[in-house]
Amino acid sequence: MNPALKFLYVAAAILLTGAAGMAVAAGADLGQTAKQVTNWTAIGMFAIFVGATLWITKWAAAKTKTAADFYTAGGGITGFQNGLAIAGDYMSAASFLGISGLVFASGFDGLIFSIGWLVGWPVITFLMAERLRNLGKFTFADVASYRFAQTPLRSFAATGTLVVVAFYLIAQMVGAGQLIKVLFGLEYIYAVMLVGVIMMMYVLFGGMTATTWVQIIKAVMLLTGATFMAIMVLYQFNFSPEALFTKAVEVHSKHDAIMGPGALINDPISAISVGMALMFGTAGLPHILMRFFTVPNAKEARKSVAWATTWIGYFYILTFIIGFGAVVNLIPNPTDYFVGGDIAKGLKGGGNMAAVHLANAVGGNMFLGFISAVAFATILAVVAGLTLSGASAVSHDLYASVWRHGNVDSATELRVSKITTVILGIVAVLLGIIFEKQNVAFMVMLAFTVACSANFPVLFMSVLWKNCTTRGAVAGGTVGLILSVALTIVSPAVWEAALGNPKGSALFPYASAAIFSMTAAFFVIWLVSILDNSKQAQKERALFDDQLTRSETGVGAATASTH
Amino acid sequence: MAQETWERIRSNPKFQAFVNKRNNYSIVMSILMIITYYGYILLIAFDKPFLATKLGEGMVTSIGIPMGVGVILITIVLTWIYVRRANTEFDTEAEAIIKEATK
Repeated sequence: MNPALKFLYVAAAILLTGAAGMAVAAGADLGQTAKQVTNWTAIGMFAIFVGATLWITKWAAAKTKTAADFYTAGGGITGFQNGLAIAGDYMSAASFLGISGLVFASGFDGLIFSIGWLVGWPVITFLMAERLRNLGKFTFADVASYRFAQTPLRSFAATGTLVVVAFYLIAQMVGAGQLIKVLFGLEYIYAVMLVGVIMMMYVLFGGMTATTWVQIIKAVMLLTGATFMAIMVLYQFNFSPEALFTKAVEVHSKHDAIMGPGALINDPISAISVGMALMFGTAGLPHILMRFFTVPNAKEARKSVAWATTWIGYFYILTFIIGFGAVVNLIPNPTDYFVGGDIAKGLKGGGNMAAVHLANAVGGNMFLGFISAVAFATILAVVAGLTLSGASAVSHDLYASVWRHGNVDSATELRVSKITTVILGIVAVLLGIIFEKQNVAFMVMLAFTVACSANFPVLFMSVLWKNCTTRGAVAGGTVGLILSVALTIVSPAVWEAALGNPKGSALFPYASAAIFSMTAAFFVIWLVSILDNSKQAQKERALFDDQLTRSETGVGAATASTH
Repeated sequence: MAQETWERIRSNPKFQAFVNKRNNYSIVMSILMIITYYGYILLIAFDKPFLATKLGEGMVTSIGIPMGVGVILITIVLTWIYVRRANTEFDTEAEAIIKEATK
């Protein structure tokens, strides 16, 4: 393994310097974001991050010998560490740049969004965390299929995982490509390749151990950087939010309107539907659920979510201050931060760049480099987590359980996960290239809608409802999956904004399908289960008591490490 | 081996009482969270002017901002309250029940 690792190190170094060098020579190729001047400070900082994380990957590689190490870091992560890693998975570039950009553009509305992203966490804590840990081993399918027929349920769960991972991956890869043009001043294609190659090295060699530590490092960097920005902003106003808001209302073109809810939520159905997608989708995201198996026991699993909730909540408060900080720092200096010095033409590099420009305003060029590097590292780390969960679904659920019926040794399973990682890496790069010119703003929302309509109802009912059966779970989950994707396609975000059909032509008028697709999934699970009186169904119901006892006490739960 | 332990745990009346207590607590906490969040969302959907009301005479800060930050803080606090009780009181009770079943 070592010579191969060395080879990849060299390859990465060549790729990094090569990409940077070529970009200087390359002409301007304008996409959705305008390419900016090459930022060597940011590239240097990012190179340091990559160097440090690859060094950690080398350390993690020595510890990654079995399939259990690969999937769950041998179960040796503490609750506090795992909390940071979960927060890292969740605080994506979209939430950092997107929410601060939304606050910059419309003030109060940004807060509504960040609250939505947060409120799923307590529900996971109260209802799911310890049951997941007590019943699961490597993937959420382990939990959902505990007392069910393995082949249909795991096939469904793996499909649900891969669909969510694919939509999420597209959003991240395209985001990486757009960001690199603005942050580093490099071409789109380099970003996609860079993310693909480095992410593959993390996952391939370091498995869950490396992926977790990359996530932790990134989370600490992001929280530190955001804290510094928020403090600098508040410092300008003697730590008086009222003074900050007063100044913001004075300079913002919408004036006092930024202090109240605007156009973000208009009809109550969309509001509730989006809320459901965010709240319950979080509990169905495979790369998040997977993290519950990396801690030694239920106690640590609960602690992880409590820490994750704390960091994520804190982070969202920071993004709110950062958004307002951008209003008061950027708008008075149009020549530095706006296209052609004209506020009406928008921020240089696009509306998501508010936090990045603010970094320059409060911390100078070095700090701008730091924040740019962190923003890009964020995508890299999230992509690594997604790939790992996709690879686990293929190797553990599809290959080891469905294809080989569990008759497979750890070494073979590990090899299959690694092959899948490479394939997924290539697929991610290809998706990034294919979707370059597409509007992918809806992709993350779609991933959440599928997660809350397919994965979550199956997981929830299989664990908590005695009468649930394999047929019910698979039928309901499939209905949820198909309905959530189909309704999203005919909703305004895809039908009109992404596919370019005329305004008002979308068949489904709401912002999210969740309220219908999730309800339908639960209803079908219930209906098919109560109508199911097969031998298999009776056996499954009889197994519920054992499942319940294990999920409530942890007796018989998968142990922390494979000794 | 786990099978027998599970059966012994289930035959202990304390186990049923324990599971009911903890589940009720989880459900109450979930409902509190859902009320907090959807209350806020419905307020936005149905009464925007209320959230835009100023905190005080001559002030700029609207009532919706501390309320929004409040929802974030309540989320964090509810989570820790649950985890604290689960990790101390509930875990101690669970351990006692497991001990009775395995001795």
